Amino acid sequence: MTEPAQKAAEPQPAPVDAAKIQAILKSNQGARMRMWLSICSRCGLCAQSCLFYLAKDQDPKLSPAYKVRASLGRLIRSRGRLSRAELEEVKEVAWGQCTMCRRCTMFCPFGIDIATMIGVARACCNSQGVLPDGLAAAKKNIQESGNQMAMSTEDWIETCEWMAEEYAEETKGVVIPVDKKGAKYMYTVNPREPMYYPQDLGMMAQILTVAGEDWTVPSSGWDCTNLAMFAADAAVAAIPVRNMYQAAQELGVEQILMTECGHAYRSGAFEGPYWLGLPGGKPPVPVKHAVQLFWEYIVRDGRIKIDPAKRLKEPVTIQDPCNQSRNGGLQTMLRELVHALCEDFRDMNPNREYNHCCGGGGGFIPMGSDYKRRRMESGRIKAEQIKATGAKVVIASCHNCFDQINDLNKEYELGVKVVSFKDLIVESMVIPPELVPPPEEEADAAGEDSAQETPDQGGA
Amino acid sequence: MNQLYDFLSGPGAWIAFGVFLVGLALRAAFLVGISRFADKVFWNHADAGWGLRSIGHWLLPLGSRSLRGQPIFGAVVFLFHLCLLGVPVFLLAHNILLEENLGFSFWAMPEALSDWLTVLALACGLFLLVRRLARPEVRILTTAWDYFLLLLTLAPFATGFLAYHQWGDYDLIMVLHLLSAEVLLVVIPFSKLAHVVLFFFSRFFIGSEMGARRQEDGRLGARVW
Repeated sequence: MTEPAQKAAEPQPAPVDAAKIQAILKSNQGARMRMWLSICSRCGLCAQSCLFYLAKDQDPKLSPAYKVRASLGRLIRSRGRLSRAELEEVKEVAWGQCTMCRRCTMFCPFGIDIATMIGVARACCNSQGVLPDGLAAAKKNIQESGNQMAMSTEDWIETCEWMAEEYAEETKGVVIPVDKKGAKYMYTVNPREPMYYPQDLGMMAQILTVAGEDWTVPSSGWDCTNLAMFAADAAVAAIPVRNMYQAAQELGVEQILMTECGHAYRSGAFEGPYWLGLPGGKPPVPVKHAVQLFWEYIVRDGRIKIDPAKRLKEPVTIQDPCNQSRNGGLQTMLRELVHALCEDFRDMNPNREYNHCCGGGGGFIPMGSDYKRRRMESGRIKAEQIKATGAKVVIASCHNCFDQINDLNKEYELGVKVVSFKDLIVESMVIPPELVPPPEEEADAAGEDSAQETPDQGGA
Repeated sequence: MNQLYDFLSGPGAWIAFGVFLVGLALRAAFLVGISRFADKVFWNHADAGWGLRSIGHWLLPLGSRSLRGQPIFGAVVFLFHLCLLGVPVFLLAHNILLEENLGFSFWAMPEALSDWLTVLALACGLFLLVRRLARPEVRILTTAWDYFLLLLTLAPFATGFLAYHQWGDYDLIMVLHLLSAEVLLVVIPFSKLAHVVLFFFSRFFIGSEMGARRQEDGRLGARVW
């Protein structure tokens, strides 16, 4: 098709449905929102909290209160009667200038949940199909396949089997049970893992085997991530959470276990019950984050022992993923775990629930490459924090933080290595003798390999 | 002038206080009412410990990390509010009026003290005004209404000070004093100044939500102060 014909064939985007936007605004006019919209005193204290504001030399247009004015405020004042181009401007504020990390909430004298207000602006834009491409694609995948990367169930199970085989060579008995009824934990992952980093799956299987845990993965409902949450699409966000809860209930497991992911925890443990209208705001099956599991194994119960000789000697710092520390409550467990695994821990400043967002988390990276420049700019704050610690290793127990800090490492030449807890634990855990693969098998395997290799080299 | 003064010191005062008290009460009741079905997240996770600590830390001048980041502002806001609440309630002149008209009164502070506290309130107010003009991240948020509210809040103090010292046209100053105070009282329930009551609700909520909701079997909530 020639270009002009192609352009003519593309459907024209529908006009903005102001009534729909109004409906979303109305449905978000509960007591909290009304109160917040009315009592903001324009004091400007929120500005100092925000990485975007700080990184851009304190540009007042990047203060959280201003961003609310420019997004939600604009939608309210115009009663949703904005053109598509104007909605695109709102999109640039609501998604391009905010990671919904909620640090601003901590700095407001009234405790106004500014990030949540940005979320409502996002919901309005999303209702008109105005949202970052990466999130739109993820939403489509979720709706069509139940997971954000449209990975088929067959591929998922195959990957589990493959990783179990690989890691059974490291630790005897590594198996990834699928759909085992009545297990203690149902393990859910970030689809990034089976798709691109399957070794993550294998390492977790290895750790759970060493701990002698009773666990399983579900054949469906295995994706704990929720990019639809970052798109503020409550209807689509309910899908992966519902799948996950249902799988857990059908299998009759005690708890849902989640990989080292940030926003998955926020979605599954805190927000999910509200999208599904569950009473009490609690998940039907308790949700546990991998960090808490590791803490229980290593720090609390001593179920997995760490070889003191293998504890990391290099200076280490940790990222407090927003959805694990500030919005998750895991900040102290993170630190106790680090002390167990590392000898020289240097905390960032500020830290714990006051730590800065890395700039890439929550779903910012999946928004797409056109947002990379922005997160490299806002991430300068995190880069400076890391530099100031003098650490050579950064532990990032969240996939988005992991990728972002890797990118920051290149951009700002930090000279650090980024690892997850699984990486460290697998390197330093003591594998019980009964689980160490016997050496004869290794020698036999080696012999087989060399026999296969020699035919070409036999002549010399 | 006399008629205006009689109205403002009589029915006007009743209306102003009535609107102030009833307005705030109704607004709070309305919000609590709709929160029952629109803000379940509050009722599910409300926690007195976290809620009260959230309020308490922010009532102190530098009790929060945020205010410690701008300590002069923090101190000024604290003093400003102390004077705002303390001076009108414990002023000798007001208490004499209360005693004469309603038969009860509060403790009355020495007039020298209330005089200095009034000056302090005005100085704090001036600081806030200058800050609003000087700091870019505050200026960009500020509208005419914000400037008006600040000046309206300071007007009763300025006019009260002038009246007490009997500087200028006493009758006019007194009318302005009553008028500005009554307009202020009437505006409070319908503006951001309603934070006089709503501060406690919003702080209690966020303390519970970020703290109690995140706290469970080994996890620790986020301290929003």
